[in-house]
Amino acid sequence: MDNQKQNSSLVDNRFPWKHFVGYLLSVVLTLMALWITFSSGFSLSIIFAIIIVLAILQAVLQLLMFMHITERNSKIQTGTMLYAAFIAITIVAGSIWVMSAGHAAH
Amino acid sequence: MKWDQFFITDEPLIVGAGISILLTGLGIIFVLTYLKKWKWLWNEWLTTVDHKKIGIMYILFAILMLFRGGVDALMMRTQLAVPNAHFLDAQHYNEIFTTHGTIMILFMAMPFLIGLINVVIPLQIGARDVAYPYLNAVSFWTFFFGACLFNISFVIGGSPSAGWTSYMPLAGNELSPGPGQNYYLLGLQISGIGTLLTGINFLVTILKMRAKGMTLLRMPMFTWSTLITCVIIIFAFPILTVALALMTFDRLFGSHFFTLASGGMDMLWANLFWLWGHPEVYIVILPAFGMFSEIISTFSRKTLFGYKAMVYSMLVIAGLSFVVWVHHFFTMGSGAAVNSFFSITTMAIGIPTGVKIFNWLFTMYKGKISVTTPMLWSLGFIVNFVIGGVTGVMLAMGAADYQYHNTYFLISHFHYVLIAGTVFGCFAGLHFWYPKMVGYKLNERIGKWCFWIFTIGFNICFFPMYILGLDGMPRRIYTYNASDGWTELNIVATIGAFMMGIGFILLVYNVYYSFRYAKREQTGDAWDGRTLEWSTTSAIPPHYNFAKIPEVTGLDGFWRSKQEKETENVEYKPIHMPSYSGRPFVMSAFLFISGFGLVFEWWAIAILGAIGTLICMVLRSFDYDDGYYVNVEEIQKTESVYKEV
Amino acid sequence: MDHGYQQHTNTNAHLEYQSGQGRLNILGFWVFLGAEVALFSTLFATYFVLMHRTANGPVSSELFQVPSVLIMTFLLLTSSFTCGLAIHEMRRSNLKGVIIWLVVTLLLGAGFLGFEIKEFIEYTHEGVTLSTSAYWSAFFVLTGTHGLHVTLGLGWIILIMIQLKQRGLTPTTTSKVFISSLYWHFLDVVWIFIFTGVYLIGMVMHHG
Ligand code: HEM
Ligand SMILES: [Cu+2]
Repeated sequence: MDNQKQNSSLVDNRFPWKHFVGYLLSVVLTLMALWITFSSGFSLSIIFAIIIVLAILQAVLQLLMFMHITERNSKIQTGTMLYAAFIAITIVAGSIWVMSAGHAAH
Repeated sequence: MKWDQFFITDEPLIVGAGISILLTGLGIIFVLTYLKKWKWLWNEWLTTVDHKKIGIMYILFAILMLFRGGVDALMMRTQLAVPNAHFLDAQHYNEIFTTHGTIMILFMAMPFLIGLINVVIPLQIGARDVAYPYLNAVSFWTFFFGACLFNISFVIGGSPSAGWTSYMPLAGNELSPGPGQNYYLLGLQISGIGTLLTGINFLVTILKMRAKGMTLLRMPMFTWSTLITCVIIIFAFPILTVALALMTFDRLFGSHFFTLASGGMDMLWANLFWLWGHPEVYIVILPAFGMFSEIISTFSRKTLFGYKAMVYSMLVIAGLSFVVWVHHFFTMGSGAAVNSFFSITTMAIGIPTGVKIFNWLFTMYKGKISVTTPMLWSLGFIVNFVIGGVTGVMLAMGAADYQYHNTYFLISHFHYVLIAGTVFGCFAGLHFWYPKMVGYKLNERIGKWCFWIFTIGFNICFFPMYILGLDGMPRRIYTYNASDGWTELNIVATIGAFMMGIGFILLVYNVYYSFRYAKREQTGDAWDGRTLEWSTTSAIPPHYNFAKIPEVTGLDGFWRSKQEKETENVEYKPIHMPSYSGRPFVMSAFLFISGFGLVFEWWAIAILGAIGTLICMVLRSFDYDDGYYVNVEEIQKTESVYKEV
Repeated sequence: MDHGYQQHTNTNAHLEYQSGQGRLNILGFWVFLGAEVALFSTLFATYFVLMHRTANGPVSSELFQVPSVLIMTFLLLTSSFTCGLAIHEMRRSNLKGVIIWLVVTLLLGAGFLGFEIKEFIEYTHEGVTLSTSAYWSAFFVLTGTHGLHVTLGLGWIILIMIQLKQRGLTPTTTSKVFISSLYWHFLDVVWIFIFTGVYLIGMVMHHG
């Protein structure tokens, strides 16, 4: 297959804004999580809730800004990741619930 | 370790089995050498990436495992036939129910289904092969070598004996010393890699490689069920991978995940095991559902009733199958909230399953039914599976389960779903697609005898177990007293078990008989089929499957094109095909070596095997073999041979 | 065209998407990442269930240290960013740029790994190992599995860089680079959750 020649319209000569924005936001989110954990003075459960949300936001950011999830087979790719999120929540939250309820925990 | 611990020598039954394996092995080596077939074996089979051949190897292996698991079952039934029998001692009985359960589910049901999927799916969607043919070979060989690792345990080092569920602390170092449990962990681990890769491979194959015109809602039901199964495999098998790895760490490296000491949690194992285990149940039943759908529709000469309802019910199952796992340990005592939640989800998952039963019945309603062997197995399935399903709903009620749990009621329930569902499905599919694999049908008369003996035997064997269970007979006991009052029903059950054994022998005999005497098929359409796999120009499709990729205009694509009866003159173009490779075989052999080293904690061997595996992967990375083209003359030659007959 | 899907070419796309097999491989890898999510979720579930089970041994807040965790986090985050830049250069058909950014990515990744190994060694000197308690078993296996993934990623990217040197930017090599970049970003995603769920929570959690 000799398709090496590049289609000029596809060559991406712009400054990689997406990557920079993604990187900056990630840094900000990380620092926010740090601040909330150590300096916010919130109660523990609120801290946990907020920093977990921040982590999820950062994960979504990576998928969108760095991993090009919306390219090509975007439906299948996004579907896979959404289903994976459902499985992740089931496994983690489900296990914690089941293993800490009743006298299972003892 | 001393040699007499390495080779098991103190148990006559095992020594006998060991010797017979050795003799069979030598016999095979002799025959291959005598007939000068080694090269053929390597070139045609061990290095193949052809989905049809890989499928056939899966199925052959599954039948072999059905034999081994079946012998285990008959030995258990022999021991339990009468009170206080001395055929097996307690330890040996434990080993046998462990290997029976593990082999039947992971090394019999799984490869049987995956084998049929391999043979049929690419043909059914009008593709020339799967998305990743090389990976498909890796799947088979890792699966094969993992299963072999598990299987050699009983002659080398001793079998696992903690049940197929391997609950902790029973499966820990204190209560299960020696290599047996390690075999379980590593055998399942290695074969699990193969299953995961199969899931990914077929998911992408179905999503991306369908023939022109085959939209998602025009896919045959077996293709749909395989697609959903793949999704479940992809998300369930990693859980097993982790669970097995954690227990391996506990046993080999002194961690404390599931131990009683140092804060470990034994029930966490049960939790993780069933997080995989329940989806696994659907992995082994959904493809069977798909096959029944094809068969019932073909032999009722009607399009499947409620196609969309079938699809949606399977989508629902794909989601729900991940949120019911606790029903396997209601008795752990997670409290009312947890148990109620999982009771409700479990009952909910019964609904889509019930929907499907009605769809099959309505498909047959007013159809022109012909009762062939595959159809007979499908009809048998509907009747028997319902019994298993109804008792399943009984078990789903958390509170009631305290009564049924760990009794023969449960044993009977899951055999009614696993045998009447999965095994009947495999047999039905085997008979149905047999002409596609070898070019002739299995004999119908022997097939029907086999069906009736097996099915009647099955009910004689397992129905009494419901009553035994309600009568309080616990599972996993190696003997009982006459005063328990269980003797009569146990004798009956054992008789039924041996009838099933006879049924199995008939099946194997049928393979031989048909090989000798069956009429060879002249066309690709052995049963007046409805889907694309029957549209191939020859009985056994050529290695490239289709000289010209078919086009589909609706559901039951081939049926439609037969009605239209157009015979156009096709113009062939060169066909691209992937090259064979011996590397998947070699790489998996290295994995086997590595696993074997870990089983005995011989680190040098384990590391050696791991390095070999890694080297194979590096070589693969540098492999730029793009396959080859079958040229037009060769296609014309192949196709004209078929046209002439 | 009467070729198999693998052979369908499409010149009107980025190089890595041009060959049919390249497209299939990229899609298949996304699916594989779904499986990886399930794998790490199981490890996280184990970790959280065993979180308080330190068996009267050392607890996490006695050992975790903010500076070293922060350095690791920023090393990996930055490497994910530079890996993205490598893909950007790839799409500009700039082989040299690809190689440079990949090398930077590798160095940052190796730095991360160095810190992780140092951390593990320090813990061992404190007497905390895999067999100290259920909690520490879960800790080491979760972070260790991630570390092992990083190690494999480093080796894999090196192999692909050799192939880039040998063959330049072709549909095949670029799809390989793209797939390894997906893997690398994914490892950063996992690390975000380790950073949050293990380290941040572990440093402020009360032990019961
Ligand atoms: C030939 C027909 C079969 C017979 C006679 C049979 C019989 C038995 C018996 C007697 C037990 C042990 C009961 C106990 O002591 O607890 C058992 C357990 C089991 N069987 Fe079967 N079985 C057959 C086929 C199958 C098939 C086809 C499957 C799966 C596809 C299967 C899966 C299992 C499992 C998972 C267990 C539980 C093992 C354990 O307790 O760890 N069996 N079977
Ligand atoms: Cu279940």
